[in-house]
Amino acid sequence: MTVDIDKTTGPADTPPAGPEAIKAIPVRHYGRYVSAVIAIAVFASIVYAFSQGKINWGAIPDYFFNDRILGGVGKTLMLTVLAMLIGVFGGILLAVMRLSKNPVTSSIAWFYIWFFRGTPVLVQLIVWFNLGLVFEYINLGPIYKDYWSSFMTPLLTALLGLGLNEAAYMAEICRAGLLAVDEGQTEASHALGMSHSKTLRRIVIPQAMRVIVPPTGNEVINMLKTTSLVSVIQYSELLRVAQDIGQTSGAPAEMLFLAAAWYLILTSIFSVGQYYIERYYARGSSRTLAPTPFQKIKANVLSLAGRRQ
Amino acid sequence: MNTEKVEDKPSGSTAVSMVKSEGVHKSFGPVEVLKGIDLEVKSGEVFCLIGPSGSGKSTFLRCINHLEKINAGRLYVDGELVGYRQKGDKLYELKDSEVALKRRDIGMVFQRFNLFPHMTALENVMEAPIQVKGVSKAQARERAGQLLERVGLADKAGNYPSQLSGGQQQRVAIARALAMDPKLMLFDEPTSALDPELVGDVLDVMRDLAESGMTMVVVTHEMGFAREVGDSLVFMDGGVVVESGNPRDVLTNPQHERTQSFLSKVL
Repeated sequence: MTVDIDKTTGPADTPPAGPEAIKAIPVRHYGRYVSAVIAIAVFASIVYAFSQGKINWGAIPDYFFNDRILGGVGKTLMLTVLAMLIGVFGGILLAVMRLSKNPVTSSIAWFYIWFFRGTPVLVQLIVWFNLGLVFEYINLGPIYKDYWSSFMTPLLTALLGLGLNEAAYMAEICRAGLLAVDEGQTEASHALGMSHSKTLRRIVIPQAMRVIVPPTGNEVINMLKTTSLVSVIQYSELLRVAQDIGQTSGAPAEMLFLAAAWYLILTSIFSVGQYYIERYYARGSSRTLAPTPFQKIKANVLSLAGRRQ
Repeated sequence: MNTEKVEDKPSGSTAVSMVKSEGVHKSFGPVEVLKGIDLEVKSGEVFCLIGPSGSGKSTFLRCINHLEKINAGRLYVDGELVGYRQKGDKLYELKDSEVALKRRDIGMVFQRFNLFPHMTALENVMEAPIQVKGVSKAQARERAGQLLERVGLADKAGNYPSQLSGGQQQRVAIARALAMDPKLMLFDEPTSALDPELVGDVLDVMRDLAESGMTMVVVTHEMGFAREVGDSLVFMDGGVVVESGNPRDVLTNPQHERTQSFLSKVL
């Protein structure tokens, strides 16, 4: 901090050597102090109200690292990651199909997106689970044959239901990303003799990722919470486990708060992951990479310390 | 190579033609951009296309490697039809893979460089040989290093395009095109997006390339380059070839009124 602006009233100490620093009384933002006080007061009263409620807060730490809860957290995480993988790869495929010159593939993609975005994911989950009404057997010739109901386990239903629905949303995000890449890139790649698929894989998609990643982070967090819907098909993910424990232990509301806290923790972890993925795909796009949170904190602390003087 | 070129010049017709255009037409919707282009680029020659913007010179260049489809006429590169195959009196459109195969032999340098921003300079040059020709990584790296050295950028191999000046980016782009060992190089106003200071470096690389015997079609506003390095020059306006000939003759003693007025403004 070389600019030495005096924060107190009255004249400043003698400025350091070099050009004379501007000595000015900064604008006072009284509104900020007032609003900060009001916000803290409101927040404190809400916390107080909850602490006085008929909630047995002690039950939450008791169960926080309960084996069943941790198992539920693990299943929620796994479901989120696998469903998002289906969603991202399906989404890229659909986006490429949709942008294709081939009218058949682009129509199929359009129809898929129209259908899966247009129906509630909860309904899709239940329908997948009950497709035994339509297909009694699943018959893949010599490889596999079984009743639909024993083939469609809750896990598979959850993955298909969430993943295929997600692919429809991811398709639009990926399409936006692909369209954001300068056409000159495709031209340059084609001029070098690269095929359509190689141009996509090597040149266009890596650059589209910069546009795709931020909204995908949104989708991951959405997915994390949407996985709670699969409790309807008897899959024991976090919310379902918390509800079960709540019923047997006689602390149903407490277990919901516990689940909420775990979702918040997982969301925070994903946000950090997203930050580093964005940094990776930003390579080559700016002269200096954005600072990591740690570097930011360090810079902030230093600048605050500088201002104190 | 160089002596061969000098020999060819007076006789001309004995040289092999690299690009041959017969009545090429191109329209974008209702707008006719090329209205019948007839010209011939001989092997080993530096062929300059000049003219006002909108005259169709860039479009014509892009037709040569089939980035644009022509609507009428015939366009040949190295004796083969561009974008089509002729069987009897019928024309068959080429498949994308066949077009890609032909583009391997035609290098192109763009006005706005179009380097791949997510790859370093070295990776930009290595990419096509590895992906298209299946060259091994080690071989491609070695060759890319040599090419970067040839364009004077050996020390910038690890830099991303955003860390390079415009002139350096364009020289990397030239190295990238050369990595495919093309028999023909197309330059689409390679110096128009550069600071005047940086133009010289790029022109030097192109001059070297010309001296090595490369066949080059250059759309340019650099009249000095055309006069010094060019073997043939065509002045285009309104989608037609207005005047053509030896660059020194056309530039110093233009016959056509339109050429005279254009040159009086740019020289």
